Amino acid sequence: MGVSTAAAADRPGPTLRSVLMQHDTIAYLLVPAIALLALLLIRSMPVWLTLTLSGLAMGMMLYVMASGLTLIFGLMDVLNLAHSSFVTVGAFLTATLMAKAHGLMPGDSLLADVGVLLVVAVLVMTATGLIGLVFERLFIKPAYGSHNKQLLVTMGGLIIMEQLVLVFWGAKEVSLSRPASLQGSLVVGNFVFEKYRLVAVVSGLVVFGVMRLVLRRTKFGLLVRAGVENPEMVRAFGYHARRISVIVFAVGSALAGLGGMLWGLYLELLNSQVGMDVLVLIFSVIIIGGLGSIEGCLIGALLIGLTNVYVSYALPKGALVSSVVVMAIVLLWRNRGLLPVTRSP
Amino acid sequence: MKDNFWLRLVSYDLPRSAVLGLLVVGIAICLLFVPVLFPGARSLDTSARICGFIIVAVSYDILFGYTGIITLCHITFFGIGAYAAAISLAQFGPGWGVLLLATAAGICTAVLLATLISVFALRIRTLFFAMFTLAVAKSCEILMSQLSRFSGGDDGMTFIPPAAIAPSTTFEVFGLRIGGATLCYYLIYALTVIVFLAVLRLVNSPFGKSLQAIRDNELRAAALGIPTQRYRVVAMAISAGLAALGGSLLSLWWTYVNPATTLSPNIMIDILLMVVIGGSGTIYGPVVGVTVFVIAMNYLSEGLESLSDSIPHIPFVADLLNAERWQLWLGLLFVLTLYYFPTGIAGHLRGKKRERQAKLASLPEVTVTR
Repeated sequence: MGVSTAAAADRPGPTLRSVLMQHDTIAYLLVPAIALLALLLIRSMPVWLTLTLSGLAMGMMLYVMASGLTLIFGLMDVLNLAHSSFVTVGAFLTATLMAKAHGLMPGDSLLADVGVLLVVAVLVMTATGLIGLVFERLFIKPAYGSHNKQLLVTMGGLIIMEQLVLVFWGAKEVSLSRPASLQGSLVVGNFVFEKYRLVAVVSGLVVFGVMRLVLRRTKFGLLVRAGVENPEMVRAFGYHARRISVIVFAVGSALAGLGGMLWGLYLELLNSQVGMDVLVLIFSVIIIGGLGSIEGCLIGALLIGLTNVYVSYALPKGALVSSVVVMAIVLLWRNRGLLPVTRSP
Repeated sequence: MKDNFWLRLVSYDLPRSAVLGLLVVGIAICLLFVPVLFPGARSLDTSARICGFIIVAVSYDILFGYTGIITLCHITFFGIGAYAAAISLAQFGPGWGVLLLATAAGICTAVLLATLISVFALRIRTLFFAMFTLAVAKSCEILMSQLSRFSGGDDGMTFIPPAAIAPSTTFEVFGLRIGGATLCYYLIYALTVIVFLAVLRLVNSPFGKSLQAIRDNELRAAALGIPTQRYRVVAMAISAGLAALGGSLLSLWWTYVNPATTLSPNIMIDILLMVVIGGSGTIYGPVVGVTVFVIAMNYLSEGLESLSDSIPHIPFVADLLNAERWQLWLGLLFVLTLYYFPTGIAGHLRGKKRERQAKLASLPEVTVTR
């Protein structure tokens, strides 16, 4: 206590710099700020709305893919490079299951379509979660504690998983069609909304809501948050830290699978590089967000999604470069990301 | 240690394992006499690839093995070198002056980009840095494939190297017919040997020792007065420059560049695999790693093909043994290497020697903590 009051006495009044460095509110204001800036630059309401919706949809899908990784990273201090292959597996499983369930969707009933999608989502998440359990045992557990080794082992895991996808689904591109009632767009006045993008935004929000609820309101969530902040303390209190980690890893993989499903339905055409192509975006999201924070992850995902869409509207070739630039700016400002929770710098 | 030419040549840093030494010398001799020992276009191509990648892997080892920096954009510097040579030769016509200037320009660009990346991104922690550099590598690949007016886009571009080393020319020397390709190969070989010895010199210099100190304990290195940040930036820059040199040499050999073979992060994974399988932090290891990897890459798919032809057709097994799935087996091999030989081929061989010596001296083995 003495230390902190002494520090407080030394501290001059709030400067712009200290406000920027310390207040998390600014992080929350970034997304609306970017959207407003884009509105000022684009100056056309219908275009801006369409772009913003697709940016939000992309951001939400990225959030679903990245949220598992940020928790795994935060809790276990493990960077799973192969996270993207769970995205690929999720997308390909969805393609297979949707083809099987084709007869169950008569075509005009929204309720039946959504029901089938929910069942498929549960199946995909179960499968990718189980694969995650096996993967954790084979590739993550032997490499705990050493960052270099983790990076290399999970890179090996990435190669193996990607090749296994090729073994199971073949090297040809697989097409995946959305259910009939989710194709096309809604037209409200001047504004055109693609239906599937609305679905993506809503699913992302639901996932965020559920995750936040579990993390804030349940005993398990409390243990996970405690583990992210101070794993030794959790162990000292006698909780089985390893079991928590394994469950979080499986859930994280399942979320990647769900993200893969959303992403696959968005792309409608899959090759084995689906996951690898978004890996860079997923990384940008968790770096921007700060490790272990799902709120930061959401902000990062929306920032990346929106800038990607706005920039590719203005300069079609600059989309990916824009996310590197956003990441560099955020890291210059806060070198641990926007809302870091973890202890290590 | 007795002072002689050979010891000075390798900067007093011997392989420290007879088998490793024999392997490296064997590789050097085989590569030198490839046109005589294994005549044929394919073996020459494999050897040129080995030489080019030795430059890249050895320069990567400066960062990965000696400084403890994991970057995933080393391939970008390779690609910059390759494209610099390709674009200049295609624009200004084949000529040695153009080639020299282009290579110099490529190296300078790579050094600049590496300095830029490291000056501001090395402040962040290791894993963040790895992810950040991966993003840089991916965006450079996409940028190059989209600037099609000037780089040929995804299809890549072909160009004509200076006449003396172009694949189409042949010379008559003392009644022997020597192709331009052979000459080009020896150019690459000579530069590979020079780069190998230079890097060996670099890592054994006071600068190299400081890099190792930074790797082992950054705080302590800083306390000893080593400017850690500046040294890491310099290491990045040197390594990037060498990678660019490797890139322009290999592009001369291929007379063709495209994003998938010179800029793609998939090739970066290959480089990492080469360094790790060979044994990082040894300089000798990556040489062995590159050779093993490139030979495996060229011949593993054939081996798989003959294997799957020789056994009866079982649906799933046939897919697993498909010649196009050689990367699956390579991935498995890589993971097994990491688990059972975490220090790679070179580290394993050196470790064996250390064990033997420890047994001879009947002293408890001293483990050096990294």
